[in-house]
Amino acid sequence: MNLIEKLRHLDVPGPTITSVTKPFWEGVASGEFLIQKCGECDKNVFYPRTHCPHCWSNRLEWTPASGKARLKTYSVVHHPGHPGWQDVAPYPLGIIELEEGPSMLTQLLVDSPEDLKMGDALHVKFVEVNEIWRPFFERDSSRD
Amino acid sequence: MRKRQRSEAAIVGIGELKPVRYTEGATTLSLIAESVRLAAIDAGISKDEIDGLLVGPQVGETPQHVPATVSEYLGLSPRMSNVVDLGGATGAGMLWRAQAYIDAGMCETVVCVLANINEKGKTPRSPNRNPIREFDVPFGASGANTSYALLKKRHMEEYGSTQEQFALIAHWARKNAQLNPDAVFYRQPASVEDVLNSPLIVDPLHLFEIVMPVGGGTAVIVSSKKEIINRHKHSPVYILGAGEKVTHRAVSQAPSLEKAPLSFAIPHALEQAGLHVEDMNLLSLYDCYTSVVAQTIENARLCEPGQFGEWMKHHSFGFDGDYPLNTHGGQLGFGQADLAGGMSHIIEAVRQLRHEANSRQIKDAKYALVTGNGATLSEAAALVLGGEA
Ligand SMILES: [Zn+2]
Repeated sequence: MNLIEKLRHLDVPGPTITSVTKPFWEGVASGEFLIQKCGECDKNVFYPRTHCPHCWSNRLEWTPASGKARLKTYSVVHHPGHPGWQDVAPYPLGIIELEEGPSMLTQLLVDSPEDLKMGDALHVKFVEVNEIWRPFFERDSSRD
Repeated sequence: MRKRQRSEAAIVGIGELKPVRYTEGATTLSLIAESVRLAAIDAGISKDEIDGLLVGPQVGETPQHVPATVSEYLGLSPRMSNVVDLGGATGAGMLWRAQAYIDAGMCETVVCVLANINEKGKTPRSPNRNPIREFDVPFGASGANTSYALLKKRHMEEYGSTQEQFALIAHWARKNAQLNPDAVFYRQPASVEDVLNSPLIVDPLHLFEIVMPVGGGTAVIVSSKKEIINRHKHSPVYILGAGEKVTHRAVSQAPSLEKAPLSFAIPHALEQAGLHVEDMNLLSLYDCYTSVVAQTIENARLCEPGQFGEWMKHHSFGFDGDYPLNTHGGQLGFGQADLAGGMSHIIEAVRQLRHEANSRQIKDAKYALVTGNGATLSEAAALVLGGEA
C-alpha cells in the first residue's frame, strides 16, 4: 500500500467540527482551502473563528487562500500520541506560515524529512484520512 | 511595574508523596488527602486552621466542582476556594494567588494541593472540543511530545544548538537525582551518551529528555497568622516576587516560537523582588523537557538567546556547583505526577531555603528562582522565594 492509501485507512480522530468551522472543512472536502479575512483590519485569520483576534471585529469573511506556505519548524513523530497513527510512523509534522500570514500545524508529505529546512516552500495537498479530507502540505519545487 | 507590597504571608508547610511509576488502589482524591495531611503535619497545624483551598483541574476524576469535592472529602469549609488551571505553571500560579487572597483579607491560611494517580494502561483522554483538538490533533499531533519537538527543532535551526547540549541538561537532572532517594531515577544516572542513545520519541526529542509520568502529590500551605508562623518548627519562606504570562494554547498559534512567555514572567518576578538572577542560590526551573530548561536559562537572561549550550559548558549545576539547578533531580530525574510535577520545584526550593535539604543542601541558600510552564510554552509563572537565613 502506498502512503496515500495507508493514510486513507487509518483509524484516527478527525476534527471536532463546529457550526463556525464547518465551511472550512466543507471547502477542504471539495478541494478548496478557505481562510478568513477581517472586514475591519484586513488581516487574515486562521483557524476559523467568529472574532478577529487582532481587532475583535466580528466581520470575518471567508476567502480562498493560495495554498502556498513556508516551513517554520518540523518534527518527526516516531511514537505517536494516538496509537492510530502508528501505521504511518515515523511521519513529519510541521508548523507552517501560510502565504497570507497565519500559521497552522499540518502533516508534511515528504520523502526525506531530514532534508527539510526552515523556510522551505510548501503547497497544500488534500488527503483523505478516515473518511475526512485534511489539508496536508507537500514540497513546492516550483518556488525554491 | 509596581514593586510588590510586602506581605505577611509565608510558606509554612510542605507535603510531598514519593512518586511511584504506577499507582494501585489510589484515587486522585486519596492522594490529595495524603498530601494535605503531610503538609499540615509539617506546618504543625490542625485541619480547622485551614480556611483557604486552591486545587487544580482533574481530567479523569473531577472535571468540575473541584474545590467543593475536595472540601467535602477532607471535611474542610474554606472561606476562599478556587481552581488554578495553568498546566505545569499551576503550582507557581497557586502560590502568589494564595498570598494575594490572604492580602485581600479573604482568608489567612491556604492549602495549595495538586496530585494525580497514574494507573497502568489507563491514560484518561482529554475531552477537549476546542481549536487545538480540531486543528492540531487531526494531523497526528496528539500529546505534548510533538509540540515540544517542534519548539526544540526551531531552537536548533535558529541558533545551531546541538543534541549534545540538550542532553547535558538531562544528564544533570539524573545526576542530581542520585542525591534524592525519592526520585524515580534514583540509582539510575545517565551520561550524555546514554541520553543520546535513548530512543527518539519525536525527533529531535529522545526518551531521556522527556519526563516520566508518575503518580504522586504535593501540597503547600501559606499562612499570614503570626501565631502559626511562630509555632512553626521550620523557618518560614517568603514569596518575594511573582510573574505570570499566558500567550496561546496550541504551539501552532504561538505568537513567537522564540520569545516564550517565561521571558516576561521571570524578569517580572525578579523586579518585584528587587533582585537579580545572579542573586539566586537555586534555579528551580520547570523541566518537562530538556529544551524547556534551555529556553528558561535564556529567558532568565543568564546568557544571550541561543547561547545556553555554550553557557552551560562553563558552569556546574549540582548543589555544590556555581549554579545549583533542580537539586531534587528536576522532574526529569524525580518524575512528573501530572500538575504536581510543577509543584515539586517549589517544594525543593522551600527545603533548600529552610536549610533542610540534607546531603544536597546548598550552602547559605537564601534566594530561589522557581519557574512553571504549561501547555506548549504557553502558560508561564515565575516566583522568587526567600528564606530567613
Ligand atoms: Zn481585524
